Amino acid sequence: MKNPQAFEQKLIETIIYIVFLFLGLVTVGFVLLITVYLVIAGIPAIREIGILNFLFNTKWASTASEPSFGILPFILTSVYGTAGAIVLGVPVGFLTSVYLAKLAPEKIRTIVSGAVSLLAGIPSVVYGLVGMMVLVPGIRKLFHIPDGASLFAAIIVLAIMILPSIINVSITALEAVPREYEDASLALGATPVETYFRVSVPAAKSGIAAAVVLGVGRAIGEAMAVMMVSGNAPNMPELFGSVRFLTTAVASEMSYSSGLQRQALFSIALVLFLFIMLINAALNFFLKRSKE
Amino acid sequence: MKRKIKIALLRSLCIISATFTCALVLFLTVYILAKGVPNISWQLLSEKPSYLSGKIGILPDILNTVYIIVAALIFVLPLGVGAAVYLTEYAKNKRLVAVIEYAAETLSGIPSIIYGLVGMLFFCQFLGMQTSLLAGALTLVIMNLPTVMRTTQESLKTVPQSYREGAFGLGAGKWRVIRTVVLPGCIDGVITGCILSVGRILGESAALLFTAGFAHTLNGFFSGLGSAGATLTVSLYVYAKEQGEFGVAFAIAAIMMVLTLMVNLLAMLVGRAFKRRRNYE
Repeated sequence: MKNPQAFEQKLIETIIYIVFLFLGLVTVGFVLLITVYLVIAGIPAIREIGILNFLFNTKWASTASEPSFGILPFILTSVYGTAGAIVLGVPVGFLTSVYLAKLAPEKIRTIVSGAVSLLAGIPSVVYGLVGMMVLVPGIRKLFHIPDGASLFAAIIVLAIMILPSIINVSITALEAVPREYEDASLALGATPVETYFRVSVPAAKSGIAAAVVLGVGRAIGEAMAVMMVSGNAPNMPELFGSVRFLTTAVASEMSYSSGLQRQALFSIALVLFLFIMLINAALNFFLKRSKE
Repeated sequence: MKRKIKIALLRSLCIISATFTCALVLFLTVYILAKGVPNISWQLLSEKPSYLSGKIGILPDILNTVYIIVAALIFVLPLGVGAAVYLTEYAKNKRLVAVIEYAAETLSGIPSIIYGLVGMLFFCQFLGMQTSLLAGALTLVIMNLPTVMRTTQESLKTVPQSYREGAFGLGAGKWRVIRTVVLPGCIDGVITGCILSVGRILGESAALLFTAGFAHTLNGFFSGLGSAGATLTVSLYVYAKEQGEFGVAFAIAAIMMVLTLMVNLLAMLVGRAFKRRRNYE
């Protein structure tokens, strides 16, 4: 090498490049780490119990003298709970987002968006606490049942918790609709409200679909708030019965579990993880389509 | 006529929904503050819980929260900023960029209970950290990495290409350009990322339950990182669900409400200030 300084310079640049490449790949590494750990930890119990027995047996009795590890109640509770939250939360969130993106005056818009982001920032245990103290006794009195901690209470809490995600993503989608579409519709004699619902909303449908999918992901993954209001008994789902979700099944027994029971909890987490990966793929699909 | 009714109906449905959302936020805020603020006392804030006197204090939980935030930020900032710099400045392979971005999206979709589980398996058991604040903080690093990465990336995109070209034209090497032109330009994104991460860490509980545990011992920063401890949200859960101390739980909830409000306001103000500065430039 004729020029040692240039060589040194090049060496430094290469080292820096490698450092940044490494930092860039850390994210991928974390995803692999999580996947590998969940698979390694989750497979043994599924093997021992048998996949069909694990997924479709309706009885979970992990600490009984003859233990039974069927997680169908948890799967169905998670599915029903999420579906219920979507049914309640999406209409409210969607209409709020249309109002904020298109109808609201600037000042009101700022205030309401602030309120929505506060809703997004409230910790889930706070939702759980309010649910425990207001919703659960309220449901007990209203429907005359012995205990208000139920799937229904969880659905309401989840519906509220997914509102901000739905509203924010839908607003972004609605705002990305090209102005010309709306102008054309207005020029043809449609009123503003008609234009927003007949032109803007269909044009933003992929983004709104993404908002719903994001809501599904948030609802199915929520643990703490649900744990505080759903009663936590491993029953098959009933609207006014005490139920346990996939997330709460993991959380509620983790601290005192051992042996096969503990491994089965990891398997539940693996099932939950697979659900989330499917939802992520769907989310990505809709987001990509809405960008085009 | 029918058309008019339909329009009026849709319009009012929109307004009702928005009003409902606002009313919900208002109810939550007022209810929590009304229930919680009367329970906040100096004694609660400045002491640790004692079984002997039966008093409850949340000072250890406050300190644990601060420790965990500081520790998580120390790790997540370099990682997130580095990843963002790699993506915007170095990466040429489009496939690799797509893979990294997909990984970041996947991370932000994974529920916190799964982070808690993997954190427990990896940090507490495999790396032998036991249940400790450090293990909790490292778990939160993985959770918050996508946030810091994204906000930094956004702000790097606003650094004009001509700045970089100018620096290169003057003979600067790539690293020098990144150090002197690119990194100073992403300070907005880093600060925004910090604020968002702090908000998320404050509210996190499921990921910490099995990684950081729920002890209420009073510790200094370094001894604290090595031992188990509950953050404010985790202790809220423990007091409400396990011990039935609803007064304390509401007091913590009120504190959390105020902190959330402050974090949101700060994020908004900072966002506005940065926007103004950018337009000014």
